[in-house]
Amino acid sequence: MIDGIDVLIMVIKVLVVFGFLLVSVLLTIWAERRIVALMQQRIGPNRVGPFGVLQGLADGIKLFFKEDVTPTNVDRSVYFLAPVAALLPAFLAFAVVPVGRGFHIGHRVITLHLVDLNVGILFFLAMGSLMVYGIVLAGWSSGSTYPLLGAVRSTAQMISYEIGMGLSVVSVVLWSGTLSTSGIVDAQSGTWFGFVPRWFIIPQLPALVMFLLGGLAETNRAPFDLPEAETELVGGYHTEYTGIKFAMFFLAEYLHVITTSALVVTLFLGGWRGPNILPFLGPLLFVGYFLAKLGLVIFLFMWARATIPRIRYDRLMHLGWKVLIPASLVWTMITAAMVVLPQEVNRTTLIVVVGIVFEVALIVWLARLTTTALRRGRLRRGDSHVV
Amino acid sequence: MILAATGPEIAFWGFAVVAGIAGFFVVGSRNVVHAALYLVGVLGSVGAIYIVLGAEFVGWVQILIYVGAIVVLLLFGIMLTKAPIGGVALDNNQRPVAFIVAATTFGGLTWIIWRTFGGTRIRLSPTRTAQIGNSLFTHFVLPFEAVSVLLLAALVGAIVLARRD
Repeated sequence: MIDGIDVLIMVIKVLVVFGFLLVSVLLTIWAERRIVALMQQRIGPNRVGPFGVLQGLADGIKLFFKEDVTPTNVDRSVYFLAPVAALLPAFLAFAVVPVGRGFHIGHRVITLHLVDLNVGILFFLAMGSLMVYGIVLAGWSSGSTYPLLGAVRSTAQMISYEIGMGLSVVSVVLWSGTLSTSGIVDAQSGTWFGFVPRWFIIPQLPALVMFLLGGLAETNRAPFDLPEAETELVGGYHTEYTGIKFAMFFLAEYLHVITTSALVVTLFLGGWRGPNILPFLGPLLFVGYFLAKLGLVIFLFMWARATIPRIRYDRLMHLGWKVLIPASLVWTMITAAMVVLPQEVNRTTLIVVVGIVFEVALIVWLARLTTTALRRGRLRRGDSHVV
Repeated sequence: MILAATGPEIAFWGFAVVAGIAGFFVVGSRNVVHAALYLVGVLGSVGAIYIVLGAEFVGWVQILIYVGAIVVLLLFGIMLTKAPIGGVALDNNQRPVAFIVAATTFGGLTWIIWRTFGGTRIRLSPTRTAQIGNSLFTHFVLPFEAVSVLLLAALVGAIVLARRD
């Protein structure tokens, strides 16, 4: 049964995860500003601390001590509730992510996992869907036009992309046969031919692409950052927020990026698994693998932000409803069909081949959509000679 | 009875009371958005009760679908339409009828549940997701399909209502 030491271990784990998330948010903000700056041939923040690494901390302290202005036209209780509603699910979602291999201290097994729910993936998706509340409530309670418009955009976007994202998770769940995050990581153990890791990125590549697309939209990141498009909406749903409350929204957004990346690692990149090349490090090595993969996925998010221009709102909806959802539905059907194939068929080879074909078809379809849209735009503007 | 209360029982009563109070505020609140937020409280507590009763899958699906999607769509609808939010009394003169309907439903449900289960104590054990899936596609396949058709009809109806041409 549960005794005092178990409770103590749990409290320590919660504190470690909390601290890890806060520190990684600060580092992510700094890294993003530096990396995007490098990609745009700027320097980026380099004043506070070595290479400017303490910039996030300095910004946080600044926001904390700034005057907290509450506009007169707000709905007070909801206005105060909104930042909390944004932050809480972003923190909680990380609870189901396994970050390393469990180890023994005496006879106790310490799992590097806050809670190992049977339905961990479902918990993560539920927390993702609760993220919308912070934005909706902020936009509505501000009693101002721009936040409301930002919130309306954001709600529509998040609801639409949640479906595609959820369906791509369904195909992974079907393939691994479990809803638990640790079970999915376990299903990715071992290798093919002795060196190719059995990560789901190989059989489930289309699901990964669709999950990343949905994840970019869910976290309101560029190129899907219409809810806070500065050029159109001043700041989006958080226009009327200042000081610590604004900082909470900022924190929530980056936390969401980190937890979504952590889920990408768990679902597609084998979680904390990797070759045990440095046995003397023990469990630390696997935490290192997890962090390295996490950093890689977060870098993908930044890369997308630096290179892809924001897409127009109607195109965003078109992509979500008419491309992502049908494609992920088809892929879920394909995966389901593969799972029930008779044992004699080598379903892994089959799904890899089908996956590549599917992926190519998806890219061709997207390319056709883009070129026809561009051609129509040029025709409308009258410069038909470009066609 | 109260002395013998176990952890799950205390949790159950806690969430049940929260759900009841929040439900009262859903109908009592004058502000539509606040009412929707109280509805989040009701549905969230119901989800928590499912989890306390060992139905993890159903509980999280309840939160994912009802709290995360349906109430969000409700709020979305309120924000998009310029319906009067707050200040205005949202009552009409059908209060007595509404009261009778609500009281009859509550009484009927209570009676049915009491008749069926009465004083039997149910041993709680976690339900595995596979069990739910199996029973859904064997014993309850007809209701399941009926609900799907119902949802499809609602979907078609919504499109018919929304189309202008």
